[in-house]
Amino acid sequence: MALVQQSSPHAHNARPTSRVMLWVIIATLPGLLAQTLFFGWGNLINVVWCVALALTAEAAFLKLRNKPVTFFLKDNTAAVTGLLLGLSLPQFAPWWVSGIAVISAIILAKQLYGGLGANPFNPAMVGYALVLISFPVAMTTNWAEAAGLANAPGLGETLGRIFSASQTSVDGWTMATPLDEYKHKVASHTATEILKHPTFGDMVARGWEWVNLAFLAGGLLLVGLRIITWHIPVAVLGGIAIMSLAFGNNPDMHAPVQLHLLAGGTMLGAFFIATDPVSAATSHQGKLIYGAGIGILIYVIRTWGNYPDAVAFSVLLMNFAVPFIDYYTPPRTYGHHKARRGVPGRNGG
Amino acid sequence: MTQLWDFSGGIHPPENKHQSTSRPLRRASLPEWLALPLQQHIGEPAEVVVEVGQRVLKGQKIADVTTGMGVPVHASTSGTIEAIEHRPVPHPSGMDDWCVVLKADGQDEWCELDPVSNYKQLERDQVLARIRDAGISGMGGAGFPTDIKLRTPRDRKVETLILNGAECEPYITADDMTMREQASEVVAGMEVMAWILRPARCVIAIEDNKPEAIAAMRAAVENTQIEVVAIPTKYPSGGEKQLIEILTGMEVPSGGIPADIGVMCQNIGTAVAVSRAVFKGQPLISRVMTITGDAVQEPCNFEALIGTPVSNLLQEAGLDTGKLDRLVQGGPMMGFTLTTDAVPVTKTSNCVIAATASELPPPPPEQPCIRCGQCAEVCPMELLPQQLFWYSKSTEFEKAEHLNLFDCIECGACSYVCPSSIPLVQYYRFAKGEIRQQQAEQLKADRARERFEARQARLEREKQEKEERRKERARAAAEAQEKKKAEAQKAAKEGDASDERSAKAALVEQALARKKAKAEQAPASSDQGESGQVEKPDIEALEKQLAQAEGKLATMEGMLEEGREQQADNVEKLERAVAKNHDRVKRAKETLEKAREQLSNEPTAG
Repeated sequence: MALVQQSSPHAHNARPTSRVMLWVIIATLPGLLAQTLFFGWGNLINVVWCVALALTAEAAFLKLRNKPVTFFLKDNTAAVTGLLLGLSLPQFAPWWVSGIAVISAIILAKQLYGGLGANPFNPAMVGYALVLISFPVAMTTNWAEAAGLANAPGLGETLGRIFSASQTSVDGWTMATPLDEYKHKVASHTATEILKHPTFGDMVARGWEWVNLAFLAGGLLLVGLRIITWHIPVAVLGGIAIMSLAFGNNPDMHAPVQLHLLAGGTMLGAFFIATDPVSAATSHQGKLIYGAGIGILIYVIRTWGNYPDAVAFSVLLMNFAVPFIDYYTPPRTYGHHKARRGVPGRNGG
Repeated sequence: MTQLWDFSGGIHPPENKHQSTSRPLRRASLPEWLALPLQQHIGEPAEVVVEVGQRVLKGQKIADVTTGMGVPVHASTSGTIEAIEHRPVPHPSGMDDWCVVLKADGQDEWCELDPVSNYKQLERDQVLARIRDAGISGMGGAGFPTDIKLRTPRDRKVETLILNGAECEPYITADDMTMREQASEVVAGMEVMAWILRPARCVIAIEDNKPEAIAAMRAAVENTQIEVVAIPTKYPSGGEKQLIEILTGMEVPSGGIPADIGVMCQNIGTAVAVSRAVFKGQPLISRVMTITGDAVQEPCNFEALIGTPVSNLLQEAGLDTGKLDRLVQGGPMMGFTLTTDAVPVTKTSNCVIAATASELPPPPPEQPCIRCGQCAEVCPMELLPQQLFWYSKSTEFEKAEHLNLFDCIECGACSYVCPSSIPLVQYYRFAKGEIRQQQAEQLKADRARERFEARQARLEREKQEKEERRKERARAAAEAQEKKKAEAQKAAKEGDASDERSAKAALVEQALARKKAKAEQAPASSDQGESGQVEKPDIEALEKQLAQAEGKLATMEGMLEEGREQQADNVEKLERAVAKNHDRVKRAKETLEKAREQLSNEPTAG
């Protein structure tokens, strides 16, 4: 009778990483649907292209590193990285821009640091920031107009546009994003004048508001499933809201709070990107600080920086701070008077 | 309604308790032989007081602890002592240990018992002695001698006495069935403990997934001061620290014990054992044990004699060996796998799960940690398991300790929820073991260094003293010479100053006198080891030193013996002192030996 010898616990009820990631993918679907309904086929094509490329790059590099390929591909994390890039890149971003973003995300930011779990920076945002700095024109002039799926260019046309060798941006398909428009007009125009631009629509930001609300819904699903905790999203949104209420309550001077919350990549960033556990702070208190830092930086860069949106930079900057935050925000353990902050031998006690 | 507090974290694993509670408590049939381990408690192993071939009666003491902490072991039935040998015992390491093997004669004949009807007329110490003589140690798992636990120092008055009936581990129902079927004995035992401790509050805490046990206990505590409290079902509510937090809102300080905050927890089975020891005079020779799992056809609870082979109970419960995949002693969260079913029931055995492969499947392969933090969400000690894992794996033990690794109670909640199926608890055990070993080595190294430094200091001191003596002598010699010179000059002046020959003669005479003086001085000074000369050992002094050291060692050993008997606080200190004196004697002997050798090797001294 060969009895199994194993260390406790003997019972397991884990939701495996692959299923966690699958839920993340499912939770992005409302957002992707809203993007497609308002901005056309661009995001969907980007998602498919980026996911395929991410899986290929991951597989190739795992092979190079002599790691079991299917074992790691099955964890779905590479797919999520590709997905997040597809969701956040401009709808008509040329294939090579998204391709460079994906490959640098998977290889540079993830595999070269040791693969899953070892990357200090959010891979998708490394890819995004890299192409944003390298190809500023391609990254700002390829945002689709929120014309609705019926009025947007068809699937074939969009594919042709993304995968064509030459980029002819002179067509009626693209439009400045609401954040971009507001940022560049606010110095010389009043709020009323700015908001006449069709990119804002009747409510806050045409199309963008629904996309953001859809990502919010998906994010709440993740919180409900306990895949993420509320701390980071609440802190990010709180940081943005508090900053814009404190510094920008005059819409003639700065973009109003509702625009900050419902335009750009705010909700996608708050619920799906900043919450990447590998590169985020780990304790509850740490997550609040980390999230608030991202929120504040998003506002600061959007308002006083050179870029209309700032999720990628903010997340990466706070990634830098994570080890430091982690050292100083451990929870108070049962039976201890206070938390043991800092590193051993210095602040211990 | 009693106010309850919540502890952070916790999980809700499938309970799997109904399988074994659907049948009433069964008395296990008398086995052919029993193996009674000599160490079923924390402390020193018991020493056998019977001989092979001797007939013993049920309840007769067969082993006892004479020095140090521990409780006796009794024969669980009448029969013959067949052997005293190594047998497999239930232990995570799968080790063998000394057991008294008792061949049952089938008569189950009790020895003479000495029950007490009114224990309150006895001294507290007498009742405590009875508890000790009944061989009672904590039956929840640790096996700490109950009489010592109940003997609290005066400055640590127990305000709240808790009987832990939470039984939060899945599968285990031993306490549940005990409370259902032996409720009056549970209460009687608790009353005895309460009489010893005089707490302000007595609570029996039971998870609310055991309504039958709660009802039975509520009925049994009527007309007593004892409260029965139903607590929410959440693993690990039965962890001592968590249960105390639930019931009192207080936390046991890190590194401390519940008595530090005026609380004591006792196990349900222990209460029954105390009741039987006092009111029936019976020692602890049986306990309730759950036999469950999908590989047995009739999972149930047995009242089994201590020493009964687990294989017997599994047979009685209808074990299907074909389906058996692993045997877990304890629960699925904190239990350990057995290497054989030949292990006996011990005082701390509460459950054996005969699991099939599908019931407790092996965990999927370990994946990298993605710091998702699920583990931190469920940790009842509010640790950061993901960081502890990181530091344990990279052997950065200092950082792991800084994040309170040693507060981990190894409840397994983190491993249970880990999406990367990392065996987290195993990493923590590894880190704790490594740190403990490092500390032990450090202690050893420190001791060696202290000894070395002390020796260096002694040698230096001796050298200095020698130097002093040498200078002293040199000065004395110089003075003597001065004097002689002066005398010679005086003599020369007194005699014929112009007679050179007589002056020369005086000088020669003086030189001769000097030489003679030196020759006289030489043998005397060589004993004291003049510089440049080989040191000649002083055997007598060394012998005296050895005798002194031996005398001191004997005194210390006596004191240690006494300290152990009285459970004194300074036992550890005394142990260290004895060890040190051992070293001293050894050193003295060695020096003496060497000195003798040296002496015999030297042809002629001086």
